[in-house]
Amino acid sequence: MASFKPTKIPVYPKLGEKVTQDTLYWKNYKAPVQIKEFGAITNIDFSPVTPHNFAVTAFTRIHIYGPSSQEPVKTFTRFKDTAYCGRFRSDGQLLVAGCEDSVVRLFDVSGKVALRMFRGHTKAVHVTDFTSDRYQILTGSDDYTCRLWDIPNATDLNVYQEHTDYIRCGVTSKLNRDLFITGSYDHTLKVFDARVDKSVMTMDHGQPVESLLLYPSEGLLVSAGGRYVKVWDLLKGGQPLVSLRNHHKTVTCLALSSNGQRLLSASLDRHVKVYSTTNYKAVHNFDYAASILSLALAPDDQSIVVGMTNSMLSIKHRKSPEESREISGQQRRRPSYRVFVKGKNYIPKQDDYLVSKPVKQYLAKYDKQLKKFNVSKALDCALEKWIRLRNPEVPLAVMKELDRRGTLKNALAGRDEQQLSRLLSFLIGNLVDVRFAPVLVVAAEMILDIYRSILGQSPVIDRQLLRMQELLEREIDYQKELVEVLGMLDTMFASSLPKMEVPCSSVSRSNGLSQGEASTSRPQPQVT
Amino acid sequence: MVEHGDIRVVHRGGSKIDFRQPVITNDSRFLLCTSGDCVKVFSTSTEECIHDLQGHTDLVTGVLLRPSNHLQVYSCSIDGTVRLWDFTDGILIKTYVIGCPIYSIYASANHEGVIFIVVPMLSDKRSELFQLVAVHLPQSGDQLVESRELSAVLSSVSSNPADIAFGRGGEYIASAKGFQLKVFFFKKQKSYEFSLKEDNKKGGLNTFTCVACHPKDDCIATGHADGKIRLWRNFNHKKEYTYSTLHWHHNAVSSLCFTPEGTNLLSGGVESVLVQWRYNQESQRDFLPRLGAAITHIAVSPDGALFCTSHSDNKITIIQSCVKVSAVIQGLVKGENVQTDLIVDPRSKALVLNGKPGHLQFYSLQRDKLFYNLDIVQQEYIHELGLEQFEVVKAAFDASGTWLATVEERKQKSAELEVNLKLWAFDEQTQSFVLNTTISAPHEARITAMCFRQATDSQTTMLVSTSKDGHFKAWQLATPAHTEDEGPSWSCDFVGTYHGLVPECCCFSADSSLLAVSFQEVVTVWSSTSWELLTTLSQPPGAIRDLCFGRLSCSKYLLGTTTKNLLCCWNLLTCSLEWSTSMDISLLLADPLSENMAAFCCQAGCTDLFVFKPSEPRPLFSHKAVCSGTVTRAVFAPREKMLDSCEENGQWLNRSQLHFLTQYMDLMTFTTKAEDDRLMASSKQLVIDDSVAMTPFYLLLGKHRHQQQQNEDPVSSLSAERTALPQSSVAIKELLQTPAHVLPSTSFLCSMFVQSLLISVTDPRENNKKAEEEVESEKEEEDSEEEMESGIVRPDQAAVSVQAAESAAPTPTLTKAQVRELRRLKKLDHSWLAGLLDS
Repeated sequence: MASFKPTKIPVYPKLGEKVTQDTLYWKNYKAPVQIKEFGAITNIDFSPVTPHNFAVTAFTRIHIYGPSSQEPVKTFTRFKDTAYCGRFRSDGQLLVAGCEDSVVRLFDVSGKVALRMFRGHTKAVHVTDFTSDRYQILTGSDDYTCRLWDIPNATDLNVYQEHTDYIRCGVTSKLNRDLFITGSYDHTLKVFDARVDKSVMTMDHGQPVESLLLYPSEGLLVSAGGRYVKVWDLLKGGQPLVSLRNHHKTVTCLALSSNGQRLLSASLDRHVKVYSTTNYKAVHNFDYAASILSLALAPDDQSIVVGMTNSMLSIKHRKSPEESREISGQQRRRPSYRVFVKGKNYIPKQDDYLVSKPVKQYLAKYDKQLKKFNVSKALDCALEKWIRLRNPEVPLAVMKELDRRGTLKNALAGRDEQQLSRLLSFLIGNLVDVRFAPVLVVAAEMILDIYRSILGQSPVIDRQLLRMQELLEREIDYQKELVEVLGMLDTMFASSLPKMEVPCSSVSRSNGLSQGEASTSRPQPQVT
Repeated sequence: MVEHGDIRVVHRGGSKIDFRQPVITNDSRFLLCTSGDCVKVFSTSTEECIHDLQGHTDLVTGVLLRPSNHLQVYSCSIDGTVRLWDFTDGILIKTYVIGCPIYSIYASANHEGVIFIVVPMLSDKRSELFQLVAVHLPQSGDQLVESRELSAVLSSVSSNPADIAFGRGGEYIASAKGFQLKVFFFKKQKSYEFSLKEDNKKGGLNTFTCVACHPKDDCIATGHADGKIRLWRNFNHKKEYTYSTLHWHHNAVSSLCFTPEGTNLLSGGVESVLVQWRYNQESQRDFLPRLGAAITHIAVSPDGALFCTSHSDNKITIIQSCVKVSAVIQGLVKGENVQTDLIVDPRSKALVLNGKPGHLQFYSLQRDKLFYNLDIVQQEYIHELGLEQFEVVKAAFDASGTWLATVEERKQKSAELEVNLKLWAFDEQTQSFVLNTTISAPHEARITAMCFRQATDSQTTMLVSTSKDGHFKAWQLATPAHTEDEGPSWSCDFVGTYHGLVPECCCFSADSSLLAVSFQEVVTVWSSTSWELLTTLSQPPGAIRDLCFGRLSCSKYLLGTTTKNLLCCWNLLTCSLEWSTSMDISLLLADPLSENMAAFCCQAGCTDLFVFKPSEPRPLFSHKAVCSGTVTRAVFAPREKMLDSCEENGQWLNRSQLHFLTQYMDLMTFTTKAEDDRLMASSKQLVIDDSVAMTPFYLLLGKHRHQQQQNEDPVSSLSAERTALPQSSVAIKELLQTPAHVLPSTSFLCSMFVQSLLISVTDPRENNKKAEEEVESEKEEEDSEEEMESGIVRPDQAAVSVQAAESAAPTPTLTKAQVRELRRLKKLDHSWLAGLLDS
């Protein structure tokens, strides 16, 4: 005697994005911590030394946050105007920041008052950085110049006047104390060498350059400007390597994940994209609430900090391994292990007589009803709200099964207004889905047949039927368009394919059939 | 053993076991059922077939336990004989020749020496009218008894055995036909007739379908075509009869049966649910659902402990007291047609074809047993009239048997065709196929052909399917692209068309580098690696029906048959026609293990077989009129052990065996003489092994048998060992082969046996003479002894040689006096047996 075979719920291929290793990695962050700042957040910089505090430059202040605190551990407020580009020195002791009032200030991280003030620029300073020997500061300003300053004397060592527009980004080499690169709104990137007092390399980005990033090996340079992110090979004399256009608004910030395998770019279009640095394909995407101005990653990707134009700072911390496990466990409390093994870990002794118990078959609610041939109830069970919404394949499979049994009409008939409207809402939700259409069209036809006589009696039903009609008309138009596009594509393919000569034997030539080209092969999406 | 090269066409297993009601023996150990021309004895506990009671020359139509001896069984057949068997040992005891075809048999303990049979009214075989007749079985000692005196009991009865039943210890007999129930009382010699209206107001159909009588009570249960069961009482009055109606079945009741005590009534029908009704409390019912297929017969063992149900899918289910299915005896399931071709599973060497609805059956050809049914559709089977079911229409194995592809389809009126392509992977742990990928709607129309690429090591497995929608598609096992997927699944690799024509067949070459797809009249040859169209071959007129690549040394040939009766052979090296011949070939297939090709050729209602090599002009073998009708399904099944036949026309059967299905769904095969002999020998051995338990007695006997077999072996020298054979075993063998119930008591035999182990002191010469006299008087009974001799020796000489051998034998033997004593006993036995028969 065979047992009841439960209704098979087909597994449809998942539409939408595929779950990859990257998705899992970048999804493994906690819910973001949101902090309101005083103005648009223009720069975020992580301290290179533990505990990896980060400096957030927003409006006239620089806040320093600890790795886990939500309150700033330190605040620098001695700016006369909007501060720019607060950056840590490589030992984490000093912090430099530019300002709208053209004065560059150097702070001790533990102090409050500026240690040095560097005056010399005539316009706002948007770029500041320490050189790798720690004793000099690089600044870039809206007066088209960039300068090198000596920290002990607070004097400028050199002025470079090669750019012809605002300098809005710059980066110093971590390996050579004399090299630094600046990017400007004149669309160029310039590599300067302090030893020769002029630029040694110039690259044209094509758009106003917003951000620069050097790879840890310093062989590759990444620049962002306009909608483009470009990668340059410095060792080949600034040859462009790749141009990425994944954003639809200006890219404002770049970051590299700690192992150098992934490149992140933030843009005014509110997205942060993650690229693989091996093939430069976008592998992941974060969405934020507002346009992003600044982005930074903590060492080991422990947190992602994003600053936005609406002065919100969003900090996402990485889940610890225990936490990520805990959360899945917390979703549903299960009986303890002891309950499961109760009586099962008994080892039978030699003389024990084993009484075998038949394994009980557990059936879903709708299967229980199907087993009893209660077709209407089975459909009701399958159309419960949480099933209907969460996995529409279940009601679909039940409908298919009822159709196979020839009792779908019976199951659909004899419903009151509420039940019917529930059925119709399910149909409206899923009718045009390609995977479900073959079954649901049959059901929809049956419903129309059965309930034709009661049309006009209930406003709810009438409205739903009108919606369904509208939906179908739209779908038909859509399909027509698709077929047109397909026809166009076919002609294009046919004309582009070279005519293939089919070798023909004397026998086949005598058959009078024209020698045709090989058919065009068209890969078709398959349902597995 | 001389080898004759003659090749015969024989039935190979798979006969119907659900044709008539099975019988369970009194001790519930055996189950007997009809199976084609023989009666099969199954063990109820092990499901094994113990004996085939062979002897009838036509379809056996009934089995019945002899009421007066529960160790004997009657069987009746269309060949016009009733035979009496001893089923424990499988011995034919008597044959009664009736002289006209018998359709069913009944007997009752009340009517001793009389059996009731259903025969045609007229002697004409085609007659539609049947009558129930009583036959007095004459008592005589002969094996073959003529008994042609028939006395009619009821005229115009149904030929269906379920429509007649004996009531209450044989006091009356009830018969139903159409809308009429007849009850005949033997004492009064009077019959009553009750008829129902053709159909009642509610549209039910009142036709009687079966009858059962209560064993203790005056009550007749009748089943009807509309699913009702009526319980008739008071039927010994013309007018005052009553009946009550039970209704659960929604379709015709096909079988009814009371339990021996009459407490329960069992009924079954097409719903495949066994219903148990309490007698007198009919509202209480027990159900045993999902028995697999429509119930055709129900039988209960005489002690009421076991029920058995026959099902329309050639299955007998044994049920323990309506609770638990304890055993399933499953024969080859035969539908109306085999939509999947006959296929051989490369792993288990089982024959694979359609089985139950939505299943594939794996049938062992060697053991004539169904291995298992693979559920392809995986849906609850709902029987309802007019409901279209999913049917498995195509199946294919890859070369190693690790992948199975199946196509199932369901065609509804007013709806689209539903087609699913499923791919199954063989699971080593469970030793069965596990579903890997389901592709719903792989093509837009019906799939016409499907084949796997014979994967060599470097290539991945690939499946090609052709469809009526004008495309052929190649499916490939794709490695998982994402981390979450459990394993590889199949996806479409290539879609090909040719001028919008419909592809009909496809075939891969032996090295799987080429794919040939036939599009009506044109054969296209594609490279299977780059999917380039390499060449087209055509030989109009007539669309291509079959395509086949040659194997091994003939792999350069491509053979095709067309609808216009042409067999073409193309050479792929020159891309030209090598030869063609005009033949109406219904089926062309290649032997995977040799170069041979088999072509079934339909001519004037008969099918001829030609076996040929594509490279040779003359056929290797041809067989005229293999069977009537066309053969459309056949397969080469590889042999487990290679034959070493050196005969020229038998060589093609060395590596594999050709099985085919006739139009009437009979599974046939070709065998050689040598193979037949071997089969016989092995089956004999099997019976001996089965029937004798491992006792010390057996060990003694077993040794003798072993020696005997060595003697019979043609290779070993004849004379040397024959002399060493202790002749005492003859007596022992006789003693052991006679059924236990006809032997004298053991205590009587025991003393004699012990004496036989002593060394004799009597004069051999004197005994010799006496023995010789006896031998002459008992020529008939010398059979067993003759078998041991070379067979040509005349009995007298045989006896002499026996004596000579005996005197020479140093081992302890029976003295001649004792042998004689035993023989005398044996004679006694027969008279005793005859006495038993008389009683």
